[in-house]
Amino acid sequence: MNLRRDLELIADWIRPGSHILDLACGDGTLLAHLHGTKGCTGYGLEIDSDNIARCIARGVDVIQTDLDRGLQEFRSDGFDYVVMTQSLQALHFPDRILEEMLRIGREAVTSFPNMGHWKCRAQLAVAGHMPVTRALPHRWYNTPNIHLCTVHDFERLCAERRYEVLERAAVDRHHRSTTGTRLLPNLFAESALYRFRRAA
Amino acid sequence: MPETIPSDSVGLVEPRRLSFDEPLPLDCGRTLERYELVYETYGELDADASNAILICHALSGDHHAAGYHAPSDRKPGWWEACIGPGKPIDTRRFFVVSPNNIGSCKGSTGPNTINPDSGQYYGPDFPIVTCGDWARSQERLMRALGIERWAAVVGPSLGGMQVMQWAIDFPDALRHAIVIAAAPKLSAQNIAFNEVARQAITSDPDFHEGRFYEHDTIPRRGLMLARMLGHITYLSDEAMRAKFGRELRGGRLGYSFDSEFQIESYLRYQGRQFVDRFDANSYLLMTKSLDYFDPAARTGDDLTTALAPATARFLVLSFTSDWRFSPARSREIVKALLDSHKRVTYAEIDADHGHDAFLMPIPQYLGVFGAYMERVAADSGSAEAAA
Repeated sequence: MNLRRDLELIADWIRPGSHILDLACGDGTLLAHLHGTKGCTGYGLEIDSDNIARCIARGVDVIQTDLDRGLQEFRSDGFDYVVMTQSLQALHFPDRILEEMLRIGREAVTSFPNMGHWKCRAQLAVAGHMPVTRALPHRWYNTPNIHLCTVHDFERLCAERRYEVLERAAVDRHHRSTTGTRLLPNLFAESALYRFRRAA
Repeated sequence: MPETIPSDSVGLVEPRRLSFDEPLPLDCGRTLERYELVYETYGELDADASNAILICHALSGDHHAAGYHAPSDRKPGWWEACIGPGKPIDTRRFFVVSPNNIGSCKGSTGPNTINPDSGQYYGPDFPIVTCGDWARSQERLMRALGIERWAAVVGPSLGGMQVMQWAIDFPDALRHAIVIAAAPKLSAQNIAFNEVARQAITSDPDFHEGRFYEHDTIPRRGLMLARMLGHITYLSDEAMRAKFGRELRGGRLGYSFDSEFQIESYLRYQGRQFVDRFDANSYLLMTKSLDYFDPAARTGDDLTTALAPATARFLVLSFTSDWRFSPARSREIVKALLDSHKRVTYAEIDADHGHDAFLMPIPQYLGVFGAYMERVAADSGSAEAAA
């Protein structure tokens, strides 16, 4: 099975043998891949019961958890990486989760859809409606994505909170890095991936 | 029993019995010179004895976990929802061993059996046994059946505590530990309920200090009260509301102390039924075992350290409306395992049945449990043996 491209990018950032916590791990694809290819261990956190069963079927250890209720029960520095893909924007308190990720893990990896993408801007500026794109297919009233941000917004938060960005991948809708996404990520990236840690 | 045995039932089953003559040292300091275990098995043990599952029963449970003893049986075993062909504990691929605990009253050595040394009923002289004692007694059963390692040890409620005990005391003897609707130890509130139940029994004039057998009676009222109280803690407020509400049996208030509300008659019925099938001394013992269970007591109240010897992979399940052993209690177990990087999966099943949910065929429960048991089968190399 082909790994989702964004998961592939993330997998490239992870050191072999790491202990990983994957927040909103879905069906466990990433953890299963990291276990199989890099000998990584760890757990997925997931809220959806059907996904829990899928994780189990893959042999991924999963803990049913509502991320909005916090991660207090995870001790500090318990993991090499805390990963969360494409879920930041759906949480009630994204900034608190980022803090928690860096408390629990030595490094954090996250990805999100970029609201600064020119298509989003055009839809709002020209057409005058909330953006609906391939990456953000919902309408304003039924979207789970309640805290959308741009590449610029995210990096500003990192600067404010003194998070050190170790790696960034700004990618198009095929999760590929192009000249455009490299030069003007806030305008051309459909989604962005970051590996970061607390600045020393 | 239904007219025909459902195809997903193990069908007619017969309890077996094994005697153990080697003295069993108990946690209380006493020794059981010899004991008998009554147990049932379902399915076939494979050639390398790698597909065996041990079932640990709850407070008032027994070895009769699945199937029927006779065509005239009204009800199947207590865990019929989960054990049988095509069910989570699939008897087409697993060999299931379900013993009755010592100290209980369904055939294994306990207060209502004869002490061979005195020729009298053990009665109140039967030692208070613990989860540790049960694991030790069952480990001998395992060996006697030619099993070196369980594919999984599985149990709900008090049974789940035994599973933890197994994982700590005999880490090499199980690959998977499945802990359902349990807790790492009882809360003060849990103990309080148990104490009221015990007081109900011991204050019954027919209790006779536990020697009621000799008086040819049973502490019927006390045991009934104990069960009624227990039953309230097994159901959720929501489940009671849905099932009984404030419905009146006679349709109107009678201004009397008869059983008027449906819930009253239900509890009385449950209590009366229980009196005929459970022993008062065993009820006292089993509730004590619950109260005493606390593996972290030996490790400075640190559950992570207590679970350190365990090598099994864990599945922990809880039910949202269970207030007797709430999801938060299961999460304490999960946290202890996470903190030491042990392999664990946890699911919280949406159910409004309360603690009793572990008995129910709830699709989400069966789905998650079944998916995990598939993994157990794959790990024990018996996957190809499945039909």
